[in-house]
Amino acid sequence: MGAASGRPHLEGCREVVRAVTRLERMNLLKGLLFVSPWLVGFVVFLAYPMLYAGYLSFTEYTGFTAPEWIGLGNYTELFHDESFWKSLGNTLYYTALAVPLGVVVALVLAVAMNQKLREVAFYRTAIYLPSALPVFALSIIFIWLLNPRYGLFNLILGLFRVPPINWLGDPQWSKLSIVLVAQMGAGQFALIFLGGLQGIPQTLYEAVELDGATSWQKFRYITLPLISPVILYDVMVGLGLGMQVFTPALIMTNGGPLDSTLFYALYLYRNAFAYNRMGYAAAMSWLLLLLCIGIAMLVFRWAQRWVHYEVGE
Amino acid sequence: MNAPVMPNSPPAGRSEARTGKGRRGLGSYRFRQRFASQVVARVLLVVLALFFLSPIYWMIVSALKSPTELAAFPPTLLPERFRWENFVEAVNYIPFGRFLVNTLVVAVGCVLGAVCSNFVIAYGFSRLEWPGRDVIFYTVLASIFVFSLNEYPVTPITMMPLFVFFAQLGWVNTFLPIIVPTWFGNPFLIFLLRQFLLQIPRELSDAARVDGANEFQILSRVILPLSGPALTIVAIFAFVGSWSNFMGPLIYLLDERLYTLSIGLHFFSSDHDVAWNLLMAASTLIVLPLIVVFLLFQRAFVTGIRVGGIK
Repeated sequence: MGAASGRPHLEGCREVVRAVTRLERMNLLKGLLFVSPWLVGFVVFLAYPMLYAGYLSFTEYTGFTAPEWIGLGNYTELFHDESFWKSLGNTLYYTALAVPLGVVVALVLAVAMNQKLREVAFYRTAIYLPSALPVFALSIIFIWLLNPRYGLFNLILGLFRVPPINWLGDPQWSKLSIVLVAQMGAGQFALIFLGGLQGIPQTLYEAVELDGATSWQKFRYITLPLISPVILYDVMVGLGLGMQVFTPALIMTNGGPLDSTLFYALYLYRNAFAYNRMGYAAAMSWLLLLLCIGIAMLVFRWAQRWVHYEVGE
Repeated sequence: MNAPVMPNSPPAGRSEARTGKGRRGLGSYRFRQRFASQVVARVLLVVLALFFLSPIYWMIVSALKSPTELAAFPPTLLPERFRWENFVEAVNYIPFGRFLVNTLVVAVGCVLGAVCSNFVIAYGFSRLEWPGRDVIFYTVLASIFVFSLNEYPVTPITMMPLFVFFAQLGWVNTFLPIIVPTWFGNPFLIFLLRQFLLQIPRELSDAARVDGANEFQILSRVILPLSGPALTIVAIFAFVGSWSNFMGPLIYLLDERLYTLSIGLHFFSSDHDVAWNLLMAASTLIVLPLIVVFLLFQRAFVTGIRVGGIK
């Protein structure tokens, strides 16, 4: 407490200290009161259900009868479950493809939109519009858009003499099709990048232009370091979305063909709601949470090497 | 503003040679370079804009085609005749009216909940100073990386645990599991509002405090009147989020009479013989309000995304 400074008046000091702590306690109560909806929601809708699921993960539970304790049974079964490993592999593959691609697409969009073009508002609207549309609707539209015979994509690719692609029916293309749907949200990240780009002082570019820096050098040594925090944000959000990809796979392929889009979340969903294996699904939920946290921490640590935080204004 | 560290930047000595040689040609070189990059950007943006608009275009075009034209190969880029009656047929194909009413009920509940709860919570995280505030705020930040805006608090990680929890409450097959959590704050919207509220000068609150106003009076008479634009953004995001919510209805709504449009459409599409023109017509009707809201409030969207993105 910084208030205790006047040594001769000890009594007065105590008074002040007491008053300060009382004020602090008042502030604490007031603050907690205002954020209490969040705290209650966090405990009731997140912490408690997750903890209870943690308990259920050690039981055999159908949802209809009482849970029956089986210790690590679900976890050992998961370890030997081929579909589990398949779904995990698919998910990691998807994430490894979708996240870097998402960053590159958003960055390219932002750099292009940052050019001083008169009609840039039109591009911004067009590119951002799909981010405001529901994933379920985009997924349904994409089934038709990617139809090998009647879809627009193959029609256009055909103009460039590309043979028809069986987007959703071929295991080699199915994951890519879902990555494609995910790119429809890139406009949102592009806008965040654009904000970052516009925050870079023009004088920095002018300074290195005098030194004869090329466009690539300017991008590599000024733009990229200065927007690296935004890249990190995009990667972190992208990882969360990627590891939990669900809706497009459920709607477009329902896990097929040949389980090539059987993602972790879809397999979890099936165990919980189709096979009534709640205990097993609970174990999968917890493993997914730990996996997401683990990956996020690794990325965060790795990011410390390349993220430049501005120091002061 | 300090410059970033540029370990590999061109050495400063080179600049003298450059300026000497390039002075006369500099203007035209720069002009040419800028012109070239604008052409490249323009071509790129046109191609990408077409790509991003292609789902909407294909949806509307397909919605207006006849079944025979839909089966034509190669597909036509514009319908021979605009069959507006497809929309009537699509609406009658599924209980569209009922699904729409359900969707609106959920949307109203979610928007009200989001505006009220996030405002109060964000107020506590920005306009008040108290010990432990930042620690608790980390739970908000951490949640942003786990959840998506639309489906909070349902995410693949929490869907099964939450289902069990709401089943214990007896709330399955009601709108409650979808609406009630929105009354307890959404991490994205808390963050967004907090950014706005931090911009309002502290002195305004202090002056009101000196005048003897309590915190609720400051909230309602000083801060609330200044928060209109920010709360509009929150309301729009909450509306779009609830309209787009798929996983919540998918998991909790079992009775077809309670379906929202999102899952109504999904079950429509999982029929074996899909009438694609009708499905696309129904999709158009569902997506259209969002497109209208987006075009009307584009500025609000852009501000929301920019402020909400953590820098």
